[in-house]
Amino acid sequence: MNGAILKATLVLVAALATTGCSSLNKKPAAPVENSGISNGEMSDIDAARSKGAANGAGAGLAELNNPNSPLAVRVLYFDHDSSNIRADFAPAVAAHAAFLASHPQVTITLEGHTDEQGSREYNLALGERRALSVRRQLVLLGATAGQVRTVSYGEERPVADGHDEQAYSLNRRAEIIYQQ
Amino acid sequence: MKWFATVLLCLACVGAAAESGPLVIRITQGVEGALPIAIVPFEWTGAPMPEDISQIIANDLTRSGRFKPMPRTDLPSRPTDFAQVNFKDWRTVGMDNLVVGRINATGDGAYTVEFRLLDVFSGTQLAGFQIPASNANLRLTAHQISDIIYKTLLNVPGAFSTRIAYVTVNRLDAKHSTYRLQIADADGYDAKTVLESKQPLLSPAWSPDGNRLAYVSFEDRNSAVYVQDVRSGQRQKVVSGAGINSAPAFSPDGRRLAVTRSQDGNPDIYVVDIASGQQTRVTTSEAIDTEASWAPDGSAIVFTSDRSGGPQIYRVAPSGGEARRVTFNLGNYNARASYSPDGRYLVMVNGGGGYRITLLDLKTGSGRRLTDSNLDESPSFAPNGSMIIYATMAGRGTELAAVSVDGSIKQRLALQQGAVREPAWGPFRQ
Repeated sequence: MNGAILKATLVLVAALATTGCSSLNKKPAAPVENSGISNGEMSDIDAARSKGAANGAGAGLAELNNPNSPLAVRVLYFDHDSSNIRADFAPAVAAHAAFLASHPQVTITLEGHTDEQGSREYNLALGERRALSVRRQLVLLGATAGQVRTVSYGEERPVADGHDEQAYSLNRRAEIIYQQ
Repeated sequence: MKWFATVLLCLACVGAAAESGPLVIRITQGVEGALPIAIVPFEWTGAPMPEDISQIIANDLTRSGRFKPMPRTDLPSRPTDFAQVNFKDWRTVGMDNLVVGRINATGDGAYTVEFRLLDVFSGTQLAGFQIPASNANLRLTAHQISDIIYKTLLNVPGAFSTRIAYVTVNRLDAKHSTYRLQIADADGYDAKTVLESKQPLLSPAWSPDGNRLAYVSFEDRNSAVYVQDVRSGQRQKVVSGAGINSAPAFSPDGRRLAVTRSQDGNPDIYVVDIASGQQTRVTTSEAIDTEASWAPDGSAIVFTSDRSGGPQIYRVAPSGGEARRVTFNLGNYNARASYSPDGRYLVMVNGGGGYRITLLDLKTGSGRRLTDSNLDESPSFAPNGSMIIYATMAGRGTELAAVSVDGSIKQRLALQQGAVREPAWGPFRQ
């Protein structure tokens, strides 16, 4: 959990220091609903160009491998019985949305997961709610629905084995998986 | 796109060798007043017996919790037919009933199994049969004898010759597991793998004739519902597509499946005609509607819905229409309901300080908790309505357990390897 908060902090720092994305041209932003980023300005990043790079898309996609980028946050955690995106993950969601918006050929799979409590089939449905909740926000922020495939695994693929709240909190998650 | 997972499927595993290690059955709580019964080892003539028939019968009756077979070492004598029985001996040691028998091997793996169930007090025979058997069905023959004894003495059909289906999970490493859908005898023996996969399997459901299993498989990187013939291994994908495709339940006539689909926006119940694929939508709420189960007469479907905030049980006609809530004053979490064979009860999972198996009397509306463990799920009635099998959390992972419908008898069924879950009790053999 500390790792997630650290990453969220990095997201805020990266967003404030927009010159970190120096290889990409910026255009004036389209109006965007509550992105959760305090400096207010999300840029519509040009899909292709990087200075001197032959394949512009390659430079953009490299951002996916940047551990300091907000895009490095690939797991979003949820509260018990909830599919609301927590405030500390809003910046990451916004970053992914912007990336998808500017790279229309890129697609992701959103996996929804739950903890083990309760019935397996009902948990499949709860997992889907989580994935759809994230997708809804991504689309709101500029991604197209066709770029985001959702799947729910319910409680079937836990990352933590225990039967306590610590394990449960790690299993209640949505995972963002870029299709490479 | 590149799919990373490798899927290992074993479609024709019905002929495969039985798994090593049966389910081991431990009785954790028995009923007072279990009937004392002596099962004398059957006499056999001919080839060496591959199975100890009288021991299988004794184990069956013990497992039901309704009988207390006399240990072999305490048997005062070993008669093998009516004429050899001295009833006074058996009254002296407090037996109510006596089972004696003989097995004759007639060559080529064929046998004749003869048994008699005797009443010790009156000195009379209550039941006697001669059953032809073969190597392949000796255990089944023993279970059928147990069924006859159970029915004769308790006036309830026995469920000893039925089968159970369940899913096992063996963890290979942090990211990889092997999932197996298995069928075993109700006593845990002769487990056979029906399907093996590297992706999750869940929700096995028996067809009413016991010839097919429906289940959910993630082998295509999303949930989909399959129907598989358990004898041939042949299967068809019945429901698939974007979203959830899950929670299959056969209609009593075996022709349709109630399923959950979320392709239209949120999970709803649909009824699918298996042969034609035609789908009828049953629920239309914006909430989660899932976990359909048919009434034994086919007149209704119960399902889980959180349309009132948290999951509760509702009932609706299979053709759709207004759904009525069934669970009241039973807390905030009721899910995974299914009917008893006589249609009188629903068994379900009730949450509220732990997830427990709960029985709802549909006539009175009152509920009774049957288990007191904390993470119970997937309850399924035996076809004689006497016991409920379910999955429960144990030290090593989930285990199967069974509880009698009045809550008085509890058994654990422990598999030697892996976690066992999602049990479904099969129908009476046709």
